[in-house]
Amino acid sequence: MRYIRPQSMEDAVGLLAGAAGPAAVLAGGSDLLVRMKGGFIEPELIVDIKAIEGLGEIKETADGFSIGAAVPCAVLGENAALQKAWPGVVEAAKLIGSKQVQGRCTIVGNLCNASPAADSVPALVAAGAKAVVAGPSGKRTIAVESVPTGPGRTSLAKGEIIEAILLDKRAPNAGDAYQRFIPRTEMDIAVVSAGVNLTLDDKGVVKSARVALGAAAPTVLLVEEAAQLLIGSKLDEATLERLAKVCAGACRPIDDKRGSIEFRRKVAGVLAKRVATTAYERAGGK
Amino acid sequence: MAGVAVSTTINGDHVEYLCQPDETLLDVLRDRLGLTGAKEGCGTGDCGACSVIVDNRLVCSCLVLGAEAEGRQIETIEGMAHGDQLHPLQQKFLEHAALQCGICTPGFLIAAKDLLAKNPSPTEEEIRFGLAGNLCRCTGYDKIVRAVQDAANVMKGA
Repeated sequence: MRYIRPQSMEDAVGLLAGAAGPAAVLAGGSDLLVRMKGGFIEPELIVDIKAIEGLGEIKETADGFSIGAAVPCAVLGENAALQKAWPGVVEAAKLIGSKQVQGRCTIVGNLCNASPAADSVPALVAAGAKAVVAGPSGKRTIAVESVPTGPGRTSLAKGEIIEAILLDKRAPNAGDAYQRFIPRTEMDIAVVSAGVNLTLDDKGVVKSARVALGAAAPTVLLVEEAAQLLIGSKLDEATLERLAKVCAGACRPIDDKRGSIEFRRKVAGVLAKRVATTAYERAGGK
Repeated sequence: MAGVAVSTTINGDHVEYLCQPDETLLDVLRDRLGLTGAKEGCGTGDCGACSVIVDNRLVCSCLVLGAEAEGRQIETIEGMAHGDQLHPLQQKFLEHAALQCGICTPGFLIAAKDLLAKNPSPTEEEIRFGLAGNLCRCTGYDKIVRAVQDAANVMKGA
């Protein structure tokens, strides 16, 4: 195995594109090293992207935020501007692992590991986040939800690296939130989870909405029907009940010892209601 | 297989070593440098027994490659006491009997040191959440939490 720490994205892409055997990108390593230790992956080449300029930074631009692929989740929680603009994304990222894991894990890693239960992914999808992909044929920007294609699989081609996650500049009267269900208080993987992002008009009526569910299907679910029924409402009780029903119906979960299909459906609905309510309050709605 | 040459700083000392590209920082510390304070519990980032601080971030050294340590500042349990003088956390762990078998203790001490550096007056809940990445099968955690609270009081007075 080779370990290389390139200084530029061009070099990193070239190394991955030219690799003869299995190659892996290393940022935080909290999934990669575990998979290597378990024998699930035996890379011929590891490309450590942490020395590439800018990848370790959160940049606030005129358009919003750009979060570099090597930014540990702990740093997201320490960024006051990001926390204020996108509290749902930050609270989701902060749920990943322990303090020790927080010091290493990244949201891009969480996305590319492509676990259906990834905590930050439903929050990013609800937020309408984009991924900037660098590759042999240049750069492209894609919706976060188009990255995972199944458990452990992504749409990235050979030689492609996600270099940053983009979040829009926050409109006024907007809020997002994320919650997951786990049978203990921390250090666990979501049994089911929900992320909601809302924008309100001056009267507190929902103008735009995105609802995403995690651990409810092989990939993150963006529930368009749920978003549509929230738009035009002030999240009255009847709307929330319909939201729960639609979200429960949208789930295609697995049935295992951590949660039956019936349980996951029920909890997806309950979480969607709670998370929508929190997002609404954060957006200034009452 | 050629080794990776690494130049780094551990507990304030300049250190150079050669390691294999797939070797973890934990294995380098223990097997190449003789720093056996960090323990391997799970090897998958779940138990915290291998906790070290890299550039002011608490991490599991089992989830860091030895090659990644190039140019970093690393703090391990071996750097915690000053000669014969124990760190207040070490002293309070002894006084409160916050350990039994001791395997998890270096990890708890490093994690608690990082916690108090970032939050000098944690509540009990903050201590329990802050140390959730460290597992102990002996103490039931109460004595550890009390030792950290007591050490925090001592360190604030210092």
